Amino acid sequence: MNERPATTASSGAAALDAGAGAGPSKRFSWRLEIDPSRKESPWWMTFVSVALALLACAAFIAANGKNPWTVYEKMFSGAFATEFGITETLVKAIPLLLCGLGVSIAYRISVWNIGAEGQFAAGAIAATAVTIYFPDLPFYATIPLMALFGIAAGGIWGALTAIPKTYFQVNELITSLMLNYVALLLLDYFVFGPWKDPKGFNFPGTPMFNDAQSLPVLGDTRLHFGLVFALAAVVLYAFVVRYTRWGYELRLIGANPEAAKNAGIHLKRHILIVMIVSGALAGLAGMSEVSGVTHRLMYGISPGYGYTAIIVAWIAKLHPVGLVVSSVLFGGLIVGGYSVQTMGLPSSISNMLQGAILFFLIAGNMAFKFRLRRSG
Amino acid sequence: MNETYSLEMRQIVKTFGPVVANDRVDFRCRPGEVHALLGENGAGKSTIMCMLSGVYRPTSGEIYIRGKQAKIRSPKDAAKLGVGMVFQNFRLVQTLTATENIVLGEKSSFWRGPGWLRRKEEEIEAIAKRFGLLFPVDRPIWQLSVGEQQRVEIVKTLYRGAEFIILDEPTSVLTPGEAEQLFETLAQMKAEGKTVILTTHKMKEVMAAADRISVMRKGRMIHTIAKADTNEKELAKLMVGKESAAVRRESRPRAKGPVLLEVRNLDVYGDHGRLALNDLSLTIRAGEIVGVAGVAGNGQKELAEVLNGLLPWKKGKIVFNGREFKTASVRGAIEAGISHVPENRMKSGLAGSLGVVDNLLFKSYRSGERSKYGFLRSASNREWSQSLVEQFDVRTPGLDTPVRQLSGGNQQKLLFAREIHRNPHLMVAVHPTQGLDVGATEAVHRLLENLRDEGRSVLLISEDLDEVMQLSDRILVLYNGSIVGERGREEADRETIGMYMAGIRDEKEEAV
Repeated sequence: MNERPATTASSGAAALDAGAGAGPSKRFSWRLEIDPSRKESPWWMTFVSVALALLACAAFIAANGKNPWTVYEKMFSGAFATEFGITETLVKAIPLLLCGLGVSIAYRISVWNIGAEGQFAAGAIAATAVTIYFPDLPFYATIPLMALFGIAAGGIWGALTAIPKTYFQVNELITSLMLNYVALLLLDYFVFGPWKDPKGFNFPGTPMFNDAQSLPVLGDTRLHFGLVFALAAVVLYAFVVRYTRWGYELRLIGANPEAAKNAGIHLKRHILIVMIVSGALAGLAGMSEVSGVTHRLMYGISPGYGYTAIIVAWIAKLHPVGLVVSSVLFGGLIVGGYSVQTMGLPSSISNMLQGAILFFLIAGNMAFKFRLRRSG
Repeated sequence: MNETYSLEMRQIVKTFGPVVANDRVDFRCRPGEVHALLGENGAGKSTIMCMLSGVYRPTSGEIYIRGKQAKIRSPKDAAKLGVGMVFQNFRLVQTLTATENIVLGEKSSFWRGPGWLRRKEEEIEAIAKRFGLLFPVDRPIWQLSVGEQQRVEIVKTLYRGAEFIILDEPTSVLTPGEAEQLFETLAQMKAEGKTVILTTHKMKEVMAAADRISVMRKGRMIHTIAKADTNEKELAKLMVGKESAAVRRESRPRAKGPVLLEVRNLDVYGDHGRLALNDLSLTIRAGEIVGVAGVAGNGQKELAEVLNGLLPWKKGKIVFNGREFKTASVRGAIEAGISHVPENRMKSGLAGSLGVVDNLLFKSYRSGERSKYGFLRSASNREWSQSLVEQFDVRTPGLDTPVRQLSGGNQQKLLFAREIHRNPHLMVAVHPTQGLDVGATEAVHRLLENLRDEGRSVLLISEDLDEVMQLSDRILVLYNGSIVGERGREEADRETIGMYMAGIRDEKEEAV
């Protein structure tokens, strides 16, 4: 996505007249032009865009007759002030972190995977399949098998995007997005059809998992072992990128694919592997969600984790530590959205905030590439 | 002001930072002529034309159009004055049709009525027919050939009522047949009283199409002359200039080392399926610098790429160090001991956002010294980078500084450090001193000479004839994808080389 402004810049005369109807008689006019030296926006841009998003959404909240300050305060305290709030926030942060990590790896080498939602669903389906077809396995066999199935299914879903991209130059934005719907409809098929719980009063979901099929939780909270998966994956990612040969190749491709070709790196092979890894991480998120939180596969299992993960990744600028912070922030946003429902506001207020943050972030990064210059 | 000139540029100076691209250039055009602007790449032809078309603004100097001083601040201003330019890289929207591209930006009215586009198509077709510029008006651009796309660009300028039409290297993308057609179009434009300016470095085109010729060299206007009063030889001489006195050339014995690289009858296809290297053969011995002179676009880029495994070849063979290359493989070339200093260091040589260490690791990170079991040896790699930085005198604030922040000279030194420390058998250096100051240029030259003195070989591909002549033990001239001439160090003179570069072959020299 960074390529677009660059092409405009190279076309030379990318100067827009800012002055209204700049006639030849005008002596001075302000010109907005692309500054080619500005490649990356600074870190504080993220905070500025979050602040601007809060400000813009405050207007909507005020228009609804509520005091924005109290709403934000309530959201914050709902998400971070109580033990329940914190653990719930972390529960939401787990799939966001895993999916966000997945898309980050792909974005690093400019592969625009927006199919984390479908890869998440594929992982959830495959993990559930273990409980359906091997119901009596013991804990220590079931959980690894479920994780393996989830990872494999997510990886396969990623490969379905990667193979057409590498071999037939099919745009991954389209395939990965379309495959989301395929995976979600497949999920619906199973929960409405063959896997539906016969004792579930027609609820679109599989039978509840037994203890051997559920991830351990912390005390009597809902915070589950998936957090360890997620954090381990982040640490592994940071380590691999920094200290391994493969990670070096990824950094090189990300920084300059043309130069990477000159260093003898096979771009296609990397795109293929990265897409599979990206999908596998989202698949693991799907597994940990069914096994750790819902304890069954059911209709509407993801409130859009795979899409929110894209925002999480951009806010974090694909940085491992940033990913942890931004996924907790967005987990808190979801939980905070629930907690303002008692004030008579819809919980989708958190969707509004999410959208606004992404909007200002992208706009900010774009605007940073321009400078205003006075010219005579 | 002289009445016979419809367009006059006086004392134009254009600087980009410290670089002077145009130095007090005077340029005059008569109405209804085809005026060729001749010069090597980097002579400043395109820059001066960009100022005429409003893409750049002159640092100083004046432009007069039809006797009146003109202030050209943007392409819009230029269009109003009747100046239209066809750029080397077309500015067309791929998914729109030819007609839509041509009328793009027209602000006649908001609602144009149902038959509007069809009427425009007819109008455009009429213009196209009048000038012999045929292309399908209703097809999207991406379905058109490159030649057809160029015609769309030309018709665009005509449609907008241009009186002065500038064509920047128009034939560089055309087949010979298409070029022929273009010249006929130029004649038709002239007949209708338009002024055509074409920039080129190809002698044949100049002689075929132009009425008058202006020659530029190194940012200066050298001479303007009518075609009838000159000939190819004289123009070639004007274009390459006299040998500068500063060039030192000690005589050296011919390299007698074993044959290192042997290329036989190589055919390589470049962009757009163009035959970029045509039956090319060359030999490089150990311990010599072989310079490849030639005007850009004659196959230099493809020659460098094919030797480094970046481009496959259709026919012929490459034997390096006694082993024949089977397929194009970058890794194979690296392992065989070929180093590459690519044409554009920031585009394909270095990763600007990564630090010094990462950029030095480029080609050696697979080796056991730099990594083990798939893990990079980070600590020892830093030490090694530090020693290279010191050895090659790369001035950098730190080992993790993004190399984008280094100066051009230090970037190039870094690149050389990486390519030389591997002890390559052959170094392919493409325009190695482009954009460097005198000091850095000197340093790069010394590095290349040291390599040779150690018995290694260098293939130096450069547009700077002085550089090629100063450094090379042998000079090959590349023209149209083939080696058209060869000269030893002592027997080389600018005049003959310049003539070879322009594609003129002396009858007596055919034996080469």
